Amino acid sequence: MGSWFARSRSIPYLLKRNISFLHANSSCKTLPPYKSPHGFRERPAASILSFRRLESTLAGKQAQAVAYTDDEVDSDADGENQSIEFPGGRVGFTTQMEFISEATDKRVPCYRVLDDDGFPIAGTRFEQLDEETAVKMYKSMVSLQIMDTIFYEAQRQGRLSFYLTSTGEEAINIATAAALSPDDIILPQYREPGILLWRGFSIEEFASQCFGTKDGHGKGRQMPIHYGSKDLNFITVSSPIATQLPQAAGVAYSLKMDGKEACAVAFTGDGGTSEGDFHAAMNFAAVMEAPVLFICRNNGWAISTPVSEQFRSDGVVVKGQAYGIRSIRIDGNDALAVYSAIRAARMMVVREQKPVLVEALTYRVGHHSTSDDSTKYRSVSEIEQWKRTRNPMTRFRNWVQANGWWSDKEETELRGTLRQQVLKAIQIAEKTEKPSLGDLFSDVYDKLPSNLQEQEKSLRQTIKRHKQDFPADVPL
Amino acid sequence: MAASFGVSSAAAANAVKSPALSPPSLPVIRSEARPISCRVNKSRKAGKITTKAVAAQAENPASAASKPGHEVLLFEALREGLEEEMERDPRVCIFGEDVGHYGGSYKVSKGLADKYGDLRVLDTPIAENSFTGMAVGAAMTGLRPVVEGMNMGFLLLAFNQISDNCGMLHYTSGGQFTIPTVIRGPGGVGRQLGAEHSQRLESYFQSIPGIQMVACSTPYNAKGLMKAAIRSENPVVLFEHVLLYNLKERIPDEEYVVSLEEAEMVRPGEHVTILTYSRMRYHVMQAAKTLVNKGYDPEVIDIRSLKPFDLYTIGNSIKKTHKVLIVEECMRTGGIGASLTAAINENFNDYLDAPIVCLSSQDVPTPYAGTLEEWTVVQPGQIVTAVEQLCR
Repeated sequence: MGSWFARSRSIPYLLKRNISFLHANSSCKTLPPYKSPHGFRERPAASILSFRRLESTLAGKQAQAVAYTDDEVDSDADGENQSIEFPGGRVGFTTQMEFISEATDKRVPCYRVLDDDGFPIAGTRFEQLDEETAVKMYKSMVSLQIMDTIFYEAQRQGRLSFYLTSTGEEAINIATAAALSPDDIILPQYREPGILLWRGFSIEEFASQCFGTKDGHGKGRQMPIHYGSKDLNFITVSSPIATQLPQAAGVAYSLKMDGKEACAVAFTGDGGTSEGDFHAAMNFAAVMEAPVLFICRNNGWAISTPVSEQFRSDGVVVKGQAYGIRSIRIDGNDALAVYSAIRAARMMVVREQKPVLVEALTYRVGHHSTSDDSTKYRSVSEIEQWKRTRNPMTRFRNWVQANGWWSDKEETELRGTLRQQVLKAIQIAEKTEKPSLGDLFSDVYDKLPSNLQEQEKSLRQTIKRHKQDFPADVPL
Repeated sequence: MAASFGVSSAAAANAVKSPALSPPSLPVIRSEARPISCRVNKSRKAGKITTKAVAAQAENPASAASKPGHEVLLFEALREGLEEEMERDPRVCIFGEDVGHYGGSYKVSKGLADKYGDLRVLDTPIAENSFTGMAVGAAMTGLRPVVEGMNMGFLLLAFNQISDNCGMLHYTSGGQFTIPTVIRGPGGVGRQLGAEHSQRLESYFQSIPGIQMVACSTPYNAKGLMKAAIRSENPVVLFEHVLLYNLKERIPDEEYVVSLEEAEMVRPGEHVTILTYSRMRYHVMQAAKTLVNKGYDPEVIDIRSLKPFDLYTIGNSIKKTHKVLIVEECMRTGGIGASLTAAINENFNDYLDAPIVCLSSQDVPTPYAGTLEEWTVVQPGQIVTAVEQLCR
């Protein structure tokens, strides 16, 4: 991480540090620069970035070039220390026409704590986990994996219409959940059920939603895996990609208005960053100084589209700076790295009330969903390699076991118990009643309007008349 | 509606939410439709016209002082409604482009940023899908945002957030999350604003389940509808018209709210039911003057509620007159008129003496040239002819 910011020192700082007119009449809070224990370099004081709109009219008055000295910039180059005022601030100018390259020589490195075998890398700094949290995390990862496996098999057997696994991304799911506070509001894409799991959503509740039973929180209205829970601060999944990102800015705005010590956490995949909503949401969050933590699960594939066909930038992390958002790239298959980074990021978001972008690199081991067969567009050996040798669960398990907190015997026991639990939950959910007819019409509005009342009446009459044409097991 | 978002007890103790929303104790003004059985006056004299909003001359100060209420322009009425609601409920906030210190392109939010601050009256970057999405997110977590589209047409960029999220999230979340947003803005055909600034979005949005749509036409109902929309727990789209912002009317000083689902009886009559809304109301009233001179007695109803239709008021009128003329600004295909025709045919077919006539704009983009533009909008002359034909 240090090397990236060391490089930035060569780009001349174009904003003068103490422009007095920015402070005059400014009601913005000036926070001291957050000094992260992880040693990255903070931008100048937040006050400059919270440039009030009213002050922009003053920029017009400063039209002439003014020579300035700044300790950051060498003042010997001819013409290079001149600057001019434009809307948006003072900018230095140069007589050398230089294009910023579209790519840097080295890609942004990713933060990692555990090596491939699960041993902490020498010199790494991370947030230490206590035994209870570490074991809970590992057990949750196992739960997620088993739930995914069995629900996926259920779909293949025709008992479920659809399912979507998070295989390969267990570390991102669980470590993120563990690092956040229960007050943080999650806006998921759809591959984050681990967060619900961590927060206490039971296997039975997952099954109820997938099977669309009357017990489900969604009252049987959404496809499987479109979970939502107001109590657990998890906003219901909506299928179109990236639509939750602008909503995150709104949630954060709401938290800001209330002065709550919590943030909005919005997830997206690599594919989602191509959507217009991603860019607008990042921009919004930065301009509004909204406490949003954007987490991009870059798992390499958007159904069949590899990242090389999704964007030409160095992944997603570099887009942060384009919007004025602090960003970091982490090894998403390293549970400790994810935990530490999300903890730090969250603290920044809440303390400084501005957005942060985290790009977690990982690999989508499973197919996109049960409607996909990924062997059609990628090699089986590639999938196997990630599954066998770069498995996030194996790495974390090795670390937990090395600390003496877990054993093979406990593993077998846990897996056995969970399997039984999941299978039972599925059996029960399959037999549970579906929501009644009234639920077809309720919740469209707060109260049933006359047109829907009519339509419900008409439907009931039709069903009465043609009982044989309608499913018999749906309560009326 | 206290949004209890599983907050830890310490934070909950400190969180100052707005007082529990008690049902409004103000009168909800019902439409002035008189039921058929009470119809006493059978003469063909022109009935009392309840609208006072057509191009009124400035009242002289002496007489103005003695009348109750105060005079406002329509955009001011909207602002009054907004301001009163923002005062009453600290959760109400405004998002939109240039709504803050600029006061909004049509000055509907003028002065509100000074009063309530930059956070409650938020200037957003130009990304309609995003600030509408932001409103959805804010609404789900306890705020009551009012989203302004600078022109309704631009909200087409926000269609996904409005239909999939605003309209549907309450349902798909099993009732867990409510979206009490108001989406408003000027639409309709203006004076040579070009095709993209002359959209009638009500026809595109009318299918979206989960939203309500209302159209205001007078300062009185503008303020009332704005207030009602903000108080509603459902997402409401409030359609204003570019050409009606400067209408002047005297509105009550006391607080009032109008019903979101009711139509407004503009002119009671006997011969024909004319259903209209927004700007076309004024074309209809203009035609009504001519019609009255020719001896007809049209009943004019401003439907106001575009989704759902107030079939009660409309039905009562049809049972009386047996003839329907719909005058709208939407295009012929898939407009409000098309849906209204279907709804009336379905429900009141037995009461109709003649097929429903629907006057709408042609299925063309609105041209810029003034003369061409005039031809795409239904004019009073056409309305008169249609009534004459209907009543033959």
